[in-house]
Amino acid sequence: MTVARFWREIPQRYNLVGTKCETCGAVFFPPRTLCPHCRRDGKIVPCKFSGKGKVMTYSVIHSASDQYFDLKPYVLAIIELEEGTRVTSHVICEPDDVYIGMPVKSVFRVLDCDGPDGVIHYGTKFTSDV
Amino acid sequence: MVGIITYGAYIPRFRIKIEEIARVWGANSAEITGGLGVFEKSVPDYDENAATFSVEAARSALLRRPVDPAEIKAVYVGSESHPYAVKPTSVTVGEAIGATPVMTAADYEFACKAGTAAIQTAMGLVSSGMMKYALAIGSDTAQGAPGDALEYTAAAGGAAFLIGNDDPIAVINDTCSYSTDTPDFWRREGETYPKHGGRFSGDPGYFKHVFGAAKMMLEICGTKPSDYTYAVFHQPNAKFPQKAAQQLGFTPAQIKAGLLVPYLGNTYSGAVPLGLSAILDVAKPGDRIFVTSYGSGAGSDAFDITVTDAILDKIDRSRAPSAQQMLAQKKYVDYAVYARHKGKIRM
Repeated sequence: MTVARFWREIPQRYNLVGTKCETCGAVFFPPRTLCPHCRRDGKIVPCKFSGKGKVMTYSVIHSASDQYFDLKPYVLAIIELEEGTRVTSHVICEPDDVYIGMPVKSVFRVLDCDGPDGVIHYGTKFTSDV
Repeated sequence: MVGIITYGAYIPRFRIKIEEIARVWGANSAEITGGLGVFEKSVPDYDENAATFSVEAARSALLRRPVDPAEIKAVYVGSESHPYAVKPTSVTVGEAIGATPVMTAADYEFACKAGTAAIQTAMGLVSSGMMKYALAIGSDTAQGAPGDALEYTAAAGGAAFLIGNDDPIAVINDTCSYSTDTPDFWRREGETYPKHGGRFSGDPGYFKHVFGAAKMMLEICGTKPSDYTYAVFHQPNAKFPQKAAQQLGFTPAQIKAGLLVPYLGNTYSGAVPLGLSAILDVAKPGDRIFVTSYGSGAGSDAFDITVTDAILDKIDRSRAPSAQQMLAQKKYVDYAVYARHKGKIRM
């Protein structure tokens, strides 16, 4: 990932800042600039999510790409945030401990590094909130 | 008066027993644990470092006492394991708590006392009226070369303190420092692990500076050890702080709450901040706390602190985990997994 691309996404990666349509109330993550329901009648504003949610579904990754080699086996899940939108993220737990419906909360972690001499990409992962 | 507005701490959940490290290096574990008074130490997860600890500790502080992050005008992070050689940890923390962009920030390094140096800087900025709040953090993923004496204690964790003068939960009555050029422990640019002067790090390193700052603090405040409810000293192992406390006249009961090292290890810049956070977890209004850090190289910062009524009604300590709760939530790893977590295996 280029330095500039990651830098532009820092607000959403660090603090789960998405968007909300003030016209219909729909929330979006990653942020959308146009509401797909209200179109030109929609009014999009930034929306910071609480970081609380639950696991909708998950997969345990045993064959990881190079940047996640150290993490395997790891849990990748689709999480429904309490505000209603969904996000794909790592869940930090033993693979045997994750289950559909598991309450989770956001934590701040290293997502990956651009090699040993490149930029460290920080961001949000999730952990059990039981 | 200037003091601690709120605080937060972070200890990773992984632990390794000292006997497991001794097993790998063919050392006598009973001799090592007996000599150090340390039985296990915290280990970071693969995706944790001093920056992530700092962010988690700072967020816990703001959970306990909601403060408008825009009013935090300075962030200082003390560590000897900043993830970058050039690129500040402090702005990552500022961004992650919403304090950017109208703030100043810098990373501190003074071996194990960089966190308390950050507290002193924050006190100055707040006391001078330059800003309402300043955030000071001490955090480390401590380094120790494989098989070296340091490896038996080098641990991971950190704590954050929001400094201000708006209803502090604990007033910092005074602070003083004692510093000299003493090469008892160092890490050269580009080197992975620190080196040390062996016994030299105890005296004239640790004890000379801890006694220098602690005795000066007692003299400045006109107090004696029995005036304090709690005391916390830098804890590279359990023996040094116990010996320092005893020789200064503090009792084992006074240092018990802040002495985390037996089951945490030495979190370097996080050590005294975490010990102080553990004391604030249980402190009551009127309690007086004596603090003395130590950073090799070398120097000590001492603080005289009085807990206020605000700790009961201006902060909700239960909104973030206490140091003891985080110490209790643990998963043991063996040396091989520990080596992976710490990046000791080069591929």
